Amino acid sequence: MSPTYYLYLSAILFTIGSLGVLLRRNAIVVFMCIELMLNAGNLALVTFSRINGDLNGQIMAFFVMVVAASEVVVGLAIIVSVFRTRRSASVDDASLLKY
Amino acid sequence: MPAVILAANSMHGGGPETAIFWIFAPLSVLAALGMVFSRNTVHGALLLGGVMLSLAVFYAAEDAPFLAFVQVIVYTGAVMMLFLFVLMLIGVDTRESLVETLRGQRLAAGVAGLGFLLLLFAGLRQAAITSSAGLSVANNPPDAQGHAVAGQGNIFEIASLLFTRYIFAFEVTSALLITAALGAMVLAHREPHEPKRGQREQMRDRFKIGTHPTPLPGPGVYARHNAVDTPALLPDGSPSELSVPPAVEELRLERGRNPQPAELGGPPSGTRQS
Repeated sequence: MSPTYYLYLSAILFTIGSLGVLLRRNAIVVFMCIELMLNAGNLALVTFSRINGDLNGQIMAFFVMVVAASEVVVGLAIIVSVFRTRRSASVDDASLLKY
Repeated sequence: MPAVILAANSMHGGGPETAIFWIFAPLSVLAALGMVFSRNTVHGALLLGGVMLSLAVFYAAEDAPFLAFVQVIVYTGAVMMLFLFVLMLIGVDTRESLVETLRGQRLAAGVAGLGFLLLLFAGLRQAAITSSAGLSVANNPPDAQGHAVAGQGNIFEIASLLFTRYIFAFEVTSALLITAALGAMVLAHREPHEPKRGQREQMRDRFKIGTHPTPLPGPGVYARHNAVDTPALLPDGSPSELSVPPAVEELRLERGRNPQPAELGGPPSGTRQS
C-alpha cells in the first residue's frame, strides 16, 4: 500500500481541524481542534519518515508531542483563568486582555 | 496493539496494512467531523480520543511502535484526561450561541477549508513520491560490515538518535516542561479575596452569637434504648433537651412515645417530666 494515502488522510484531518478552529467558538473545542491539527501533522511526519527510510521524522513527531503536551497544560490553564473572570468559555467574550 | 504491530511488521505493505488503513481512516475522519460538529463538548472530547487512538494504530502499522505507544499514553492518556477535567471544571452545559457574529463567516470558513484541502491534495498529487524506502532498514540497521543483523528495533534506534544527535533538543524539552508546569500553576493560582480565618477568628465568631458555644450533647445510650430519640441524662438525672435533635423530638411527640427517666434506668430523684 502506498504511504501517500496516509498523507491524504493527514491533509483531511488537518483541514477538519482548521475548519473547527474557524467555526467553533467554545475555547475548549477550538483547543481540541488545534490538537487534531497537531496530530495530523504528526501522522504526516511519521509517513515521511517511512517514505525516506529515516527515523528523524519520528523524532520530530516525538518532539511535537512533547510541545503539544506542554501547550495543552498552559492553554487549559489560560482557559480556566479566563473562565473565572468572565464566567464563559467562549472565545468571543475574551475580547479584553486584562478585565 | 502488539498483534497489530506484529501484523504490520510481518506483512510489510501488504494486505493487512491496507485493511487496517481502510478500516481506521474512515473512522478517524468521521470522528474528527463529529468532534467539530457535535454540540456536546464531552462527546467531542471522546471523539477526539477516538481519532487519537486510530492515529496510534496508524503509527503501529507504519513501523513506529514507540510513537504508537507514546500516542496512547500521552494523548489519550494525559491530554484527553486534562481536557475532560477542564471540561468538568468549567461546566459541561456551557453551550455556545448559534448566532453568527460575523455575517457569512461559516460559509467563508467552509469555502476556505475546501480550498485549503484542494490545495493540499493538488500538492500531494504533484509530489514525486514514487517509492517508499520503508523502515525495516532504519529500525534494524546492518552492522559495520554491511551484514543484516537482528537489531534491537525501533525503540533502540530512536533512543540512540535521541540521545546523540538530538540530545540538546531533548534537554531543552525538560526546561520547556518545567516552564509549562510552573506557568500552569501560576495561571491557575487564585489569590484569596479575604484574609484566611484562623482559630482565633473562628472562636470569636462562635461566641459572638451567644447561644450554645460547645457542641450539643449526644443522645443517651442505655441498656434498652440507644436510638437518637433517647435523651441523655444530665448529672442530676434530668434528661437533656439539647441532646435530641428537634426533628426527632417532633417525631417522638407524634408517635406519643416519651421514655420516662425511670424507664431509662436513671436515678429517680429530681427528674424533670418532659
